[in-house]
Amino acid sequence: MHHITLKVNGVTRSGEVNARTTLVDFLRDTLRLTGTHVGCEHGICGACSVLLDGEPVRSCLIFAVQVEGQSVTTVEGLAKPDGSMSVLQDSFCETHGLQCGYCTSGMLIAAHALLASNATPSEHAIRDAIGGNLCRCTGYQQIVEAIQLAAKRRAGGER
Amino acid sequence: MKAAAFDYSRAASVEEACALLARHGPDARLIAGGQSLVPMMAMRLVRPAVLVDIQRIASLNEWRVEKDFLCISACVRQNVIEREAALSEAVPLLGKAIRWIGHVQTRNRGTVGGSLAHADPSAELPLVVATLGAQCIVRSFRGERTIGSESFFTGPMSTALQADECLVEIRLPIWGAGRIGTSFEEVAIRHGDFALVAVAAQVALNAHGVCERAALGVGGAAPAPVAFPDLSRHLVGTQLDDAAMQAIADTLAKRVAPMSDLHASAAYRRHLAHTLTLRTLRAARDEALTRS
Ligand code: FES
Ligand code: FES
Repeated sequence: MHHITLKVNGVTRSGEVNARTTLVDFLRDTLRLTGTHVGCEHGICGACSVLLDGEPVRSCLIFAVQVEGQSVTTVEGLAKPDGSMSVLQDSFCETHGLQCGYCTSGMLIAAHALLASNATPSEHAIRDAIGGNLCRCTGYQQIVEAIQLAAKRRAGGER
Repeated sequence: MKAAAFDYSRAASVEEACALLARHGPDARLIAGGQSLVPMMAMRLVRPAVLVDIQRIASLNEWRVEKDFLCISACVRQNVIEREAALSEAVPLLGKAIRWIGHVQTRNRGTVGGSLAHADPSAELPLVVATLGAQCIVRSFRGERTIGSESFFTGPMSTALQADECLVEIRLPIWGAGRIGTSFEEVAIRHGDFALVAVAAQVALNAHGVCERAALGVGGAAPAPVAFPDLSRHLVGTQLDDAAMQAIADTLAKRVAPMSDLHASAAYRRHLAHTLTLRTLRAARDEALTRS
């Protein structure tokens, strides 16, 4: 077993992990942060996306022991401090950007990272940013619209 | 699926990593970004008893531009190619290839050396390395050696690396200023997937538009990425006119050895190798013509 300490959504968390425990299993099973989903467990679907030191990565392709001392943001960390939804999350609701919700946490992470680096993304940039995330329900169009709406609302000062 | 159990060690230096590899032999695997290795472990295609983590070794996270080479240490992440313009300025083919590689999530984590050591025959970075004839610097407790790209890739997922060796640096030749044009084209089922076939080309023209130097390579159409230095030499002295390129593409398509699989037949891959060769050579030439 390895003892690890990392920052998750701004809070220092630690735990004991086997070397083979993936970051997503640590987040879900040990920390009980079940907002991050796990689909394929081998880097295909993007459902497990989290931010690692601010950058979107697939948490099923990282062993928890590897991220000792780093900082992770999960979908739980995207909401406003009072727990209400961010503009991006609210935009997904507005445009019907989710149906079953399985891909949604990964999509939100990908979209959040995109908007953080590009406040006015083109449709192509949006599709590229979510290109590594599979959705079996929406056909993607409403997800693209959600991100476009969020960009517009954020430009108007909403967060 | 979950990976089988293994022991984990984080190496603080290349020397320590090499010592661990020497001690554990083929039971040990190096891990850096893990974007190729972890899926294979999850599918139990590989079951290393020991993982040696080299991603935090500072000397493996550097890059520098020398006079004739762009030197990239093995653990430099693929996203650095996107972010640091100096890399693509030195070796423009890198900048062309990067947009075909995986997705933002994998480029943020995947390393340059990891892609080379994994050696998927249709991966983009091995193709760039093969096309340009880069040098791979590898280290073990026995010392350091340099492996040319022509002998580094030995087959699908196979390299000339011995079980106790660690790839530490890749040296990509810089062609210098002048009328250089590059192109990287591929066909994949979906963007971000491994290529069915990919072709990379780099040409240098003189003031009259005559080709002075050319490099051409193909991925996904043989057990490893292949460069065609002899065919490239036939382009030197031509204006890269259609007849010259057609002759090269015809020969190249005969020489590749593609396989059939679920995604594409060997015949289709051969066809792609031909078409993409013409397309990349034309694009590289046209780009070079815009330069003065
Ligand atoms: S669960 Fe990680 S990519 Fe599918
Ligand atoms: S909403 Fe069901 S997978 Fe995307």
